[in-house]
Amino acid sequence: MPLWLDLLVRVVAVVAAFLTLPLVVGQVEHKVMAHMQGRLGPMYAGAFHGWAQLVADGVKFVQKEDITPRDADRRVFQLAPIVALFPYLIVLLAIPLGPAGLVAQHMDIGLFFVLAVLGVGVVAVLMSAWASANKYSLLGGLRGAAQLLGYELPLVLSAASVAMAAGTLSLSGIVEAWSPWWLLWQLPAALVFFVSGLAEIRRPPFDMPIADSELVFGYLTEYTGLRFAFFLLAEYVGIVVIAALTTVLFLGGWHGPDAAHLGWLWTLAKVFAVSFVIIWFRVTFPRLREDQLQRLCWLILVPVALAQLVLTAAVKVAM
Amino acid sequence: MSESGERHTPGKGLIKGLAVTLKTLVKPTITQQYPDVEPDLPPRSRGVIALLEENCTVCMLCARECPDWCIYIDSHKEEVVVPGAARPRQRNVLDKFDIDFSLCMYCGICIEVCPFDALHWTPEFEYAETDVLDLLHDKNRLGDWMQTVPPPPAHDVLGEPSKEESAAARKVAGPGTATPAQTARPPVRREQAP
Repeated sequence: MPLWLDLLVRVVAVVAAFLTLPLVVGQVEHKVMAHMQGRLGPMYAGAFHGWAQLVADGVKFVQKEDITPRDADRRVFQLAPIVALFPYLIVLLAIPLGPAGLVAQHMDIGLFFVLAVLGVGVVAVLMSAWASANKYSLLGGLRGAAQLLGYELPLVLSAASVAMAAGTLSLSGIVEAWSPWWLLWQLPAALVFFVSGLAEIRRPPFDMPIADSELVFGYLTEYTGLRFAFFLLAEYVGIVVIAALTTVLFLGGWHGPDAAHLGWLWTLAKVFAVSFVIIWFRVTFPRLREDQLQRLCWLILVPVALAQLVLTAAVKVAM
Repeated sequence: MSESGERHTPGKGLIKGLAVTLKTLVKPTITQQYPDVEPDLPPRSRGVIALLEENCTVCMLCARECPDWCIYIDSHKEEVVVPGAARPRQRNVLDKFDIDFSLCMYCGICIEVCPFDALHWTPEFEYAETDVLDLLHDKNRLGDWMQTVPPPPAHDVLGEPSKEESAAARKVAGPGTATPAQTARPPVRREQAP
């Protein structure tokens, strides 16, 4: 296969995953959330159980007027949705789908790269918050910044524990080194990673920055139309990315019966299972207060992650 | 964590919450898809009020008791010449009987108060209009609702027989005899009677 064709196939595959997986997760969220609340959810769009609801939503968002507030910092304001969306697209490049190099871009420092790129999200939050020239946006953005910076630490520490256990920073390498007993051994790290991942994508119960009952809609208050849709899309790609990272780091990625052929299916199944749990949490738990949010991070997650690091190091030295 | 004295195992509440939502997920939903599927209404639902014109004597009780004053009645008197009677009888004839459903609050007092069973609840509720003035139903429209009045509920087997039944039985037995209404009363009631 010539280089350009190879490149094209990889890029098209990643973009396709970037555009379809969040829609699937979003639709599942619509239906699961509805049924968890004793409702039916969308039933009309697309005739069969509202399968085309998100397509209809997309069409609606495109039709809406694109408003930039008069006092807003126009360029920054308009750039923020792209900055929010783009890191997730880049992260999807590095996530291995199956064994034997079934990954868009193999990287030896994949884990480092992924965590670094995910950290860009806070910039988008601050950009949209500051540029909106709205006090609710600013409050939401500052909450978001405090939350994202705080939860970055347990996220990185728990990921470091897995990297130490596997002895590599390559995501494919971590999955190859994975064995089922890691489920027990790395369980605290897995929980810490999942919870701080939830906080990183600002999903309920960690949606303090966009708390709609107190901050209108946080840093998204002034956004309309397509730019708002980009932020929503970023949220759902975020779910996919956090679920994929949890899968790859802690749930053994493509490991499962007949992994050589069905590895990609196992990865996808695990990603959707973790996404379901994320949706489940959203339906079940009320939003944390700002001080509770920071307490959970600094008094529970960070110590647990550090203890897990010590445990991992001890086991590695002993073995 | 709560400040209250009884502290549970940490995380127990979280697990319980997850269990509740998961249980609801697998249970059938309670949503009724109304425009597609007819709603499953209780048999005595208060949808709209129907008028049985023949029963109305224009006593005006309903109009006077209505808290919203949303019943409008007009009538005139007619003389009916009864053959063999000394004088012609007078009779009320209903000219207008309107209920303004934009004012009605569905309290049902008019139906309760009607001594002649001229007003009835029906469970029909699909009479929304784009113009509020069209919510004034005249006596023809109120009469049309009569077709949708459900049959009365079955008589309570342990209760007293209906007044019509006991009256008919008394007529047959002749004056002064024991009536079913007196004999069928449960003993508790008799003790309570003055």
